[in-house]
Amino acid sequence: MLTYSARRLLYSIPVLVLSTFLSFVFVSYAGNPLGALRSNPRFSQNTILLLTKQDHLNDPVVVRYWYWIQNVVTHKLGTSLLTQQPIWPDITRTMGHTAQVIIISEVLALILGVAVGIFSAIRQYSFFDYTFTTVSFLGFAMPTFWLALLLQILFVDIYLKWNVRIFYTAGLNNPGYGTWSVDRLQHIALPVATLCIISFALYSRYMRASMLDVINTDYVRTARAKGMSEWHVIMRHVFRNALIPIVTIAALNFGALLGGAIVTETVFTLDGIGYYFVQSLQTSDYYAVMAYLVITAVAIIVFNLIADILYGYLDPRIRYD
Amino acid sequence: MPDPVLSIKNLAVEFKTDDGIVHAVDDITYDVLPGETLGIVGESGSGKSVSTMSILGLIPIPPGRIASGEALFKGVDLLKLGKKELQKFRGDEVAMVFQDPMTSLNPVLTVGFQLDEAIKTHYPKEPDKKVKERTIELLGLVGVPNAAARYDQYPHEFSGGMRQRAMIAMSIANSPSLLIADEPTTALDVTIQAQVLEVMKTVQEATHAATILITHDLGIVAELCDRVLVMYGGRIVEEGDVHTIFAKPRHPYTIGLMDSLPKLTEDEEWLRPIPGQPPSLINRPSGCAFHPRCFLSQGRARCREEIPSLEQMETEGHQAACHFDGELVGYKSKFSKPVAAGGGS
Amino acid sequence: MTEPVPMGPQIASVEPSLQSAPSAPPGLTDTTVEAGLEFKVRSQWDYARRRFFRHRLAMAGLIGLIILFGAGIFANYIAPYSYSEIDLNNILAPPSLHHLFGTDEIGRDYLSRVIYGIRTSEEVGVFVAVLSTFIGLVLGAIAGFYGGWIDNLLMRFTDLVLTLPFLAILLTAAALLGQGNQWRVSFILAVLFWTGTARVVRGIFLSLREKEYVEAAKAAGAGDLRIMFRHILPNTLGPIVVSGTLAVATAILIEAALAFLGFGIRPPTPSLGVLIQGGQTNPQQWWLTIFPGITIVLIVLCVNFVGDGLRDALDPTQRRVRA
Repeated sequence: MLTYSARRLLYSIPVLVLSTFLSFVFVSYAGNPLGALRSNPRFSQNTILLLTKQDHLNDPVVVRYWYWIQNVVTHKLGTSLLTQQPIWPDITRTMGHTAQVIIISEVLALILGVAVGIFSAIRQYSFFDYTFTTVSFLGFAMPTFWLALLLQILFVDIYLKWNVRIFYTAGLNNPGYGTWSVDRLQHIALPVATLCIISFALYSRYMRASMLDVINTDYVRTARAKGMSEWHVIMRHVFRNALIPIVTIAALNFGALLGGAIVTETVFTLDGIGYYFVQSLQTSDYYAVMAYLVITAVAIIVFNLIADILYGYLDPRIRYD
Repeated sequence: MPDPVLSIKNLAVEFKTDDGIVHAVDDITYDVLPGETLGIVGESGSGKSVSTMSILGLIPIPPGRIASGEALFKGVDLLKLGKKELQKFRGDEVAMVFQDPMTSLNPVLTVGFQLDEAIKTHYPKEPDKKVKERTIELLGLVGVPNAAARYDQYPHEFSGGMRQRAMIAMSIANSPSLLIADEPTTALDVTIQAQVLEVMKTVQEATHAATILITHDLGIVAELCDRVLVMYGGRIVEEGDVHTIFAKPRHPYTIGLMDSLPKLTEDEEWLRPIPGQPPSLINRPSGCAFHPRCFLSQGRARCREEIPSLEQMETEGHQAACHFDGELVGYKSKFSKPVAAGGGS
Repeated sequence: MTEPVPMGPQIASVEPSLQSAPSAPPGLTDTTVEAGLEFKVRSQWDYARRRFFRHRLAMAGLIGLIILFGAGIFANYIAPYSYSEIDLNNILAPPSLHHLFGTDEIGRDYLSRVIYGIRTSEEVGVFVAVLSTFIGLVLGAIAGFYGGWIDNLLMRFTDLVLTLPFLAILLTAAALLGQGNQWRVSFILAVLFWTGTARVVRGIFLSLREKEYVEAAKAAGAGDLRIMFRHILPNTLGPIVVSGTLAVATAILIEAALAFLGFGIRPPTPSLGVLIQGGQTNPQQWWLTIFPGITIVLIVLCVNFVGDGLRDALDPTQRRVRA
């Protein structure tokens, strides 16, 4: 188990390096970091030359990448082209906010999705099953931004009609309230609901399919032939085996969640890393864009690593790969 | 004659499919006596597996349906039992060994755990240590080397033959009165087959359980069985003790089966398979299910129109379902010289 | 019948046409067919077609798609108004008989705009699906067939692509490379979409190239390309059709998201995503948000149903038991 985990960890590192390098190359070539500054008459030629030297912009890509890595390692991640302020504090702040929303959504979606998936499989073709199958299909077909917008409009209309704020439709919290205050929860309820519904559709569907696959296997038949009660068969043999693919799905979904965060944060104007990213793109703040890509890559790779290890724990066959 | 351990009467099992109703088992009746090994022989789709799985309630009931019949195990009709009561019999008095050892064990649990489970399901009060000892003892009985170490291993660390031995061990854990083995060696290499058969013989001697051995391999039947049932198209076409059946078969299908076996001690130029395909169980041939492929029928109307019923032959206990079995009197199969004795002696 | 009938062994010596032995004597009706011995010879495609048409949801999806996509294709004839006909007397009007979907901020008929939006979505979806499937097919085939370092390279690359959120990559690409133009955006999408198909195709090629019939073909002198095309490729058609269909749905969703965020297709090209964006600034005019959104949902649902149906029809290992 330990060697397996160590191997996965070591494998992640080159992936991380390559991933960031590719992003770096792409952004460097496609974008012109100083383009906006060049055309701005307030920046003199000298300033531009200085910046060019400072940021090594005339050096080959690999060299620039190296300098950039050094920056990253020393927690600097460069300075924003727009604000000329260090990027790192922005990143940590926004990442924290996004993390709160994403983690709550993911946990809720997993618990609900797995539970519904199990029931749907056990009571296949029942009313319950059909209802939630429909819900899942709708969840797959709905654009995240549209769902977010619908919720937003709904609650704005409620406010406008009855002057009652059930959930807030914009922003993270009213000034003065903390990270886990009711006020904050009221603010993030809608984004969480959006992400949760979309992920729930995925997890319930896959859990159901996985349960059905497992229920029809030979080893479940063996368990029944041993005289085990249906409850025990499901708990001991079906459930754990059916859960295994969900680990993979959850890992894959993490990337999609971060993408979903971009959308929900934009709609609800949350100070999260997704919104930060969109703004950086709009203002051509390339260092900030790079910072986002790197941090996201790290987050995803770490998450995948955890998922791999968890998978190895659940399925002994994998450990010898 | 002692009371039969299992007494099947007029069992019929159907499946509803998109293409129609599949008559998997059509009105079969047979008994299994204590301690004997009954072989059920037939091609794929002859209904041999379905008949035994339905006894234990292992057929998925929405598409499947027990159309009629009884399955009396020591006097109790298993088909009429509720789920909970049936579970008490499964794995305890009536045990089953399945065909594919690769998929029949849960890959994420240790073999030891799964064997323990077989015991603990029926004897939950037994202390864990005792159960583990018993499991290791069983693994040793079936010939798994280094049983104590193997106890903690996962199924994928066992070879195919060893897995099947573990399955057999699991089935006899609670000393069942009836053991059903559904093609236990079909998925294994030939040399491993021989080993597993040895294990089954050992097990028979140790437990004296009545065994139903389902197979399409006549060689296995000759090795292990006391009596034989031949099934075709969901019906029993011939029944009798193993010596008689091998020496004096009285159904064209049985003859066809034996003929299709190559014989090592003679020079044959051509193999002689039974022509045609197994019948569709949705659209069975009218009358005798075998008539389209039967060399004896030769298009005679009676074969097409009337389902033959099992009739007594000269030897006690030997029955065959053929309208024209009289014409087969005097036929000697290539096994009419005594071959391996059946049933463990 | 008293004479001994010839036994099995004797008839067998008439061999090799054993089939003729037990069949009915001439003059009698063909018992083999009645006997259920003869199976109607159905090709694989026949089975697939039958299964597809039996799949109710897939049929519903197909009909839905015909209607929706048809509306898009014939937009010019169906849309009651021109896409950009402005009527300043009638801005932000709720749905009515004249304007079934209402009007937007400058009085344009919303129904027409939605219809044209459907057309754009269609074009993007199909283009992306076809192009990305093609790219994925070629790359996956090469990787799976030749294996070795080519395969490794491809797999590492597709893994890398997965380390970033898809939307983020696309946004970056769209922001940097091509905004506004429908075809540029479609191209970018396609270039990043192929990884899914490539994996599937690679898997199939990898597993099939070891098969005996490939070895036999090689022994008979068939060149690599021929083996790939004649022997292995047909096996990929099923999964490719399925993944291509589902790619249409994903492409439409992502294009809409891009447009909504402002990085994708821009006006004047109609896009359902852009329409929904308009809905955000006018929360009380619910029709601005609802209609384009429902349209997207319907299109994607229909595509998904058809994709599911195709998957059921083309995958022979389906274990669906219908009571």
